[in-house]
Amino acid sequence: LAFVTAFLAGILFGSGLLLSRMCDPQRVLSFLDVAGRWNPALALTMGGAVIVAAPAFYYVRQRHVDLLCAPTPLPDRFKINRRLIAGSAIFGIGWGLSGICPGPGLLLLTGGTVQSVIFVCGMVGGFLAFVSRADAAQ
Amino acid sequence: MTADLSNALWGGMLIGAGAAVLLLLNGKIAGISGIAENAVRGLFGENRWRIAFLLGLLIPAAVFGLGPIQFAQGLPLLGVSGFLVGFGTRLGSGCTSGHGVCGLANLSLRSLAATLSFMTVAAATVYLVRHGALPWRS
Repeated sequence: LAFVTAFLAGILFGSGLLLSRMCDPQRVLSFLDVAGRWNPALALTMGGAVIVAAPAFYYVRQRHVDLLCAPTPLPDRFKINRRLIAGSAIFGIGWGLSGICPGPGLLLLTGGTVQSVIFVCGMVGGFLAFVSRADAAQ
Repeated sequence: MTADLSNALWGGMLIGAGAAVLLLLNGKIAGISGIAENAVRGLFGENRWRIAFLLGLLIPAAVFGLGPIQFAQGLPLLGVSGFLVGFGTRLGSGCTSGHGVCGLANLSLRSLAATLSFMTVAAATVYLVRHGALPWRS
């Protein structure tokens, strides 16, 4: 069952990325380019996503279980440290360079372009660099 | 509302619905960078729901096509961008989906800080690349 519901959730999420055109790098860059011809449409995408997801998070936050009554711990909501801010800033540089964040990056693979393969290889390289760095720190 | 804006909003709501389904029926957070990183580490066992989510994520784009997309950078910078996105999202424990959608929907101060960090840095990066004195444009 977990396989089926996760698959369904993925289809919904992927349809949303496609419909909102989040996977067009130029569109994302025009959203981030506040000093140029700013296109605010993606603010609606983010706002719409947050508003629809919020009741589900409220439910789980109150009861600590999901709809199947399985224990569902949520991440800490208050810990703000240098790692969080620096990591997000590094992500911001990468996102600002290409206009591609992880979800759209994976979607772009379906186009079969060399560009998408290079981006995702870079991203996986970044994952592995982080993992090996974390292992080395232990 | 123009079709573009309404698609942006509906797309966002679909993304939120996907995140809600994954939380309520799988007890998991729809953070693409975390799901993808863990999926890279191992394809079986505990990761089955992650593989299912990622498969579902790609289905709509594979079936309907990506539509018009335009990459903003050449291959070397796409690779660099991918690496920064991969490393930064893991150091910061989340990306646009994990912090920007799920975290904000969970009213998390931590995710708000992360989102502000990557949004402002991304906008600053776009500003430098498009309007600054860097040798390349996006």
